Amino acid sequence: MPFHSLGDLGRRLASFISLIIMAVVLSILSPYFLTFENIFAIGLQMSVIAVMAIGEMMIIISGGIDLSVGSILALSGVVCTSLMAQGFSMTAAVSGGIGVGIICGIINGVLISKGRIPPFIATLGMMGMARGAALIISGGAGVQLLELPESFIFLGAGRIFDLVPVPVVITLFLACLGYGILKYTRMGRYTYAIGSNPEAARLSGVNISRYLTLIYTFCGLLCGLAGVVLASRLRSGQPTAGTGWELDVIAACVIGGASLSGGEGTVLGAIVGAQIMGVLRNGCNLLDISAFWQQVAIGAIIVVAVFIDQYRHARE
Amino acid sequence: MCLSRPILFLVFPLTMVTDSLLYDKTLLLISLPYFNSQHPRLIMSDLPVLEMKEISKSFPGVRALENVSLEVYPGEVHVLLGENGAGKSTLMKILTGVYPKDSGRILLRDRQVSIENPREALDLGISMVYQESNLALHLSVAENIYLGREVLRSGKLGIINWSALNRESEKILETLNLSVSPGTLVRKLSVAQRQMVEIAKALSAEANILILDEPTASLAEQEINQLFRVIRDLRQRGISFIYISHRLEEISEIGDRVTVLRDGKLVGTVPASTPIDRLIRMMVGRAVDELFPRETVPPGEELLRVEHLTRKDILHDVSFSARAGEIVGLAGLVGSRRTELARAVFGADPKDSGEVFVRGNPVRIESPADAIKAGIGYLSEDRKLLSLALSMSIRANVTLAGLKKYCRGPFLLHKNEYRAVEQYLKSLAIKARHPDQKVKLLSGGNQQKVVVARWLATEARILFFDEPTAGVDVGAKVEIFQLMNRLVKQGSSIIFISSYLPELLAICDRILVMSRGKIARELFPDKTTQEEILYYSAVGN
Repeated sequence: MPFHSLGDLGRRLASFISLIIMAVVLSILSPYFLTFENIFAIGLQMSVIAVMAIGEMMIIISGGIDLSVGSILALSGVVCTSLMAQGFSMTAAVSGGIGVGIICGIINGVLISKGRIPPFIATLGMMGMARGAALIISGGAGVQLLELPESFIFLGAGRIFDLVPVPVVITLFLACLGYGILKYTRMGRYTYAIGSNPEAARLSGVNISRYLTLIYTFCGLLCGLAGVVLASRLRSGQPTAGTGWELDVIAACVIGGASLSGGEGTVLGAIVGAQIMGVLRNGCNLLDISAFWQQVAIGAIIVVAVFIDQYRHARE
Repeated sequence: MCLSRPILFLVFPLTMVTDSLLYDKTLLLISLPYFNSQHPRLIMSDLPVLEMKEISKSFPGVRALENVSLEVYPGEVHVLLGENGAGKSTLMKILTGVYPKDSGRILLRDRQVSIENPREALDLGISMVYQESNLALHLSVAENIYLGREVLRSGKLGIINWSALNRESEKILETLNLSVSPGTLVRKLSVAQRQMVEIAKALSAEANILILDEPTASLAEQEINQLFRVIRDLRQRGISFIYISHRLEEISEIGDRVTVLRDGKLVGTVPASTPIDRLIRMMVGRAVDELFPRETVPPGEELLRVEHLTRKDILHDVSFSARAGEIVGLAGLVGSRRTELARAVFGADPKDSGEVFVRGNPVRIESPADAIKAGIGYLSEDRKLLSLALSMSIRANVTLAGLKKYCRGPFLLHKNEYRAVEQYLKSLAIKARHPDQKVKLLSGGNQQKVVVARWLATEARILFFDEPTAGVDVGAKVEIFQLMNRLVKQGSSIIFISSYLPELLAICDRILVMSRGKIARELFPDKTTQEEILYYSAVGN
């Protein structure tokens, strides 16, 4: 999409520019900040959140919300590791983990589009059910494995060229996929249209339930994948993993320019939003600021991001 | 609030809420020097209660108001007249603090005021009664009247004094002759009663300038008379009205003076006794045939036939057809269910029975997608609510319904799409800089053309146009009519829903008059009159 003015470009990249500014400031304050090691550490730390934020972003653009991402993440990790504990092959276990994420996404999508349950409620229900299922399957404790296949550990802890962590590569790949879907496919266009004005989309012949189901399913898939990666990093399936992460994921989207009333947002925004949170945490650690203050800072950033966005809209 | 008018403040609640026993004329005369009990009608030598001077306002791409002035006297019913898009509502939104003005002055009783937000307008005694009710449906009448200004037992604790609230409400309702109990929930009231509650709400807030926006649009004859009685009663007490209406025949009955706006400019202010045809000329500014260009073409094959379409309690056994080259008008009053008919044919609403034939072949239409596949388009009555994805670009809006044409498999062909939309911008003369401009920045007329372009892009041959000229300015209206002419000439067939009879009479080949979900009559423009259409709209068959 061509940019038609400098202001337009600036608005689109507002969050990206703030990320750069933060990076510059931190690299001045701490010489360690701008090293490959540290940059990739941030990427690794935020990879799971970022992957889920890609899916969440598409849902928010469509005018919905998904509160179940953290729970699906845990369920998928538990299912994946349990399958391995049962002696299934790694491929089968990983597919099982991702598959259970897809199923949760389909259920969300069908409840919302066919059952006409508001997304907040439907995914709140899924948040409880998926978390419960994870606890049931694992018996309440983490699924520990005596020995894990090397290839599985590689997913979460491997490095490509001995440098780039595999989860970062996965995140980048999925970000490109999400970007492509939103920009170059009919599904992407319809996602924006449904979020912008669902009735107009329906009267234009858009099959809203089909596309909503697709969107929630895609998010479920990403959560499943994130769950597998996290299980690999933790080398176990933790039923309580990702508790409260749905809020981090939504925060990443909002910081990255999503409008909770739908119709607006980009995948780049979701990634940048996640990285801003990551950089902030990392910066606080490097500068020896307490974890409590980190929470204050991230909370404030969310409010400021939305405030700037509202101000911009009021001027339009 | 209102430190500037302490006397009024003391007196108005009394005069508003008390009945004739407490009605103290002397007090009223002292407090309201402009009020003269001998001559309750308007006295022009008095000081105007409101002056709006040389108000201008622009929106991106449109000059909505240009040096418009308006004077209202105490006890006057001042009619504001103009077509949709003439600037009436913008002027009123400036007066009620919804929009800021670009330039100009507002004076209340000779004192300049600045009205920055709706709250300040209310505090200054300016109150608007909207066309669509702004009441909280699940609250009682009394709660609605005092919403935000509850009578409190103790100011600090915010405890509501319910008995006082109900008592005061009852008094106001009595002055309005409204026989409902203050405890009734608003959702149980009729449209006319809700309107009275809105007026009561304004009165309880000590409003002395009441703006009525199309108050009679959805009222029955008897309810209109009741409303007029209340208006006459209130003006006797010095309350002024700004009265917006499209029903020209009402003007001489209820109004004192008429201010006419056209294309955001002031045409003039004349007495309400001015003949209707002169008012129309002032509103429209040109002869009617210039406004509604129509070139008839010989009708071709039958494109659409609807047989025995029925939807329980909504549509009753509706049958009609439309041929290529034809513009078929649907006339009817509010509640005649013309929109419901179009939506049922288009698959936007369910139907219980009936068949739709396209070019003689039966088609199953269960959703808008089915209808679009069959070559039917529906330009909905509410552009912003039902047609446009406002946060998206012109391009995305134009291709929303026909997106498949610009796709290979699931992938979009951006270049083809961009070029096609550029073409539509040109051929429909849409005033936009480029296809990726956001659609919300366009004026009403251009937005409507974007929706028209959407249906052209689907290559639909059967087009339902539901009030396509609502809220677009006169120039754009003419362009939309020209476009409709061009479409039928190219072999389309248009079913045209409009509430504006001159428009229907000028542009249609046939007019179907609907009444309560039935087609009451088929009329031909050259052999009928507005009166006949109105007769069948109201009476049915």
